[in-house]
Amino acid sequence: MSYVERFLRFLWDFVVGDDWRIAAGVAAALGLTALVSDSSVSAWWVLPLIVATLLAVSVWTVARARR
Amino acid sequence: MTGTQFGLAASVFLACSVEGVEALTIVLAVGTTRSWRSALTGVGAALVALAALTAALGPALTALPLDALRLVVGGLLLIFGLQWLRKAILRASGLKAIHDEDAIYEREQASAEAAGLAAGGGIDPYAFTISFKGVLLEGLEVVFIVLTFGANQHDIPLAAAAAAVAVALVSLAGVAVHAPLARVPENTLKFVVGVMLTSFGTFWGAEGAGARWPAGDGALLVIVPCVLAFAISMVLVLRRRVSPRQKQAVHA
Repeated sequence: MSYVERFLRFLWDFVVGDDWRIAAGVAAALGLTALVSDSSVSAWWVLPLIVATLLAVSVWTVARARR
Repeated sequence: MTGTQFGLAASVFLACSVEGVEALTIVLAVGTTRSWRSALTGVGAALVALAALTAALGPALTALPLDALRLVVGGLLLIFGLQWLRKAILRASGLKAIHDEDAIYEREQASAEAAGLAAGGGIDPYAFTISFKGVLLEGLEVVFIVLTFGANQHDIPLAAAAAAVAVALVSLAGVAVHAPLARVPENTLKFVVGVMLTSFGTFWGAEGAGARWPAGDGALLVIVPCVLAFAISMVLVLRRRVSPRQKQAVHA
């Protein structure tokens, strides 16, 4: 494995970690918050709602797999 | 000190204590079994690398527009926070093995002994590299937390001071007991840090994306307890569902 590949692997592990869906979900949630805040609707509730869902789904996936 | 400043200092202190304990475990293991001189040289080299990184990244971060900074930093904190919290919930509910500094110390010691002795009295490359990597990787998280929390609150000196106190206390404790800090309630600390990172990440991320919180900074006083309550309720539900067979499989 080259230095570049090792650095990219390190960066992936450092930022994304064990569950890539969390990183993807957070990025999507921030995008959705930006979209809603551009409209006339209040947007503060979007991120907490998606964060709670992401956490629950991620934990439940592991719990179900270990059954 | 305002409530937000206290929250900033407490979050940075707790997160940096956890990282400090992890780095200390690695350094103690290679120092004891291989060479203290090489292990400490590795620590010194890692600290120099971290200082250079901080000097390069710090001014760049503070020069960014606040909303862009909050969006990026909030997003990263949220990703880190959710990963910490996810692991902490799984550990607390018995679905993941508890982080055990004694076991990690013994594993590092066994690896260090198996790697063969250094020739002559020079620097032992094994002790140097393991020590350097351990301190650099844990230190990177400390630097990230200090810079992001500090830059967001326009108070990098307070964040740096909280981190310095945490690292100094952990180092002093390590020198005093000369053993891994197994008595530090690391898993509980990680749970609390996960809650704090997730809460601050949610608050800053939403603000960076253009949302405005009801009550402004005061919203944090609601977000933190809500995240904590949600995480604890997940642990309680999971504990009821985890069978003794699952727990045995995790700890086997």
